[in-house]
Amino acid sequence: MQKLMIVDDSNVIRSKIRRSVQSERFKLVASASNGAEAITHFKATKPDVVTMDLTMPNMDGIACIEQLIRLNPDVLILVVSALSDKATGIEALEKGARGFLLKPFTEQDINAALLELTDFLYV
Amino acid sequence: MSEDKIQIFIDGVVRYFNHTPDKSVQVGTPYLAEKGKPMALDMTGLIGVSGPDKGCVYFSAPRVLLKHLLLSIGEPDTSEANLVDLVGEVANTIAGNARASLGKEFMISVPVVIEGTPSTLHLPKNSRAYVIPINWKSYTAAVAICLEEN
Repeated sequence: MQKLMIVDDSNVIRSKIRRSVQSERFKLVASASNGAEAITHFKATKPDVVTMDLTMPNMDGIACIEQLIRLNPDVLILVVSALSDKATGIEALEKGARGFLLKPFTEQDINAALLELTDFLYV
Repeated sequence: MSEDKIQIFIDGVVRYFNHTPDKSVQVGTPYLAEKGKPMALDMTGLIGVSGPDKGCVYFSAPRVLLKHLLLSIGEPDTSEANLVDLVGEVANTIAGNARASLGKEFMISVPVVIEGTPSTLHLPKNSRAYVIPINWKSYTAAVAICLEEN
């Protein structure tokens, strides 16, 4: 089972991701509303998979991805953001994210993205 | 502001509501807001814009629409805190999605939420807000775009 952390400054989005993730593959271990909080929770709970918003106060998602990758290069980060330009997507991937899901999203979208992100672990 | 630019935000509105189970959104004809009289309903999520385009994009809606929208996306908690959260998130999503066309240079802030009708909104000088009316179910909301002309 993969330990999951949700990072988003919107409580509504955190709650939606929490409700949406139906696979027994994941166990929610932490939620954070900004990058700085995410770093603290990451060190304490050591998640394997992280969903990461980009536009947040107190450390944005790109800076947070950099720090999480430094702490654990193997962590699987799925960016979940409304920022739809290619340059931002590429930047997130270059910093170490493994996938990108554009907001708005449906329950099916987030489930499919998380399963795709972790499929290689179950081959 | 060009029709093409307004269309980018109309597409964002339609895209947002098409991702809810109740996809019955209708977008009205955009109009130019009267100068000095910003359009605002019960709650407004405002996104500051910087870069080549300067100004703001905001989504304004009645509480009842936001409550219904929360329930529609499966969120049972329709507390004031979640209404504030949602109105900001809708504004953020519509503004963020515009970057597919406007590029990374269309830099957006985190949302600021205003409750009630403000006496003034500090909108960019020498510009007026284009208002895009939105009808979803039996409710009316709006997205406004107020960017300085280059």
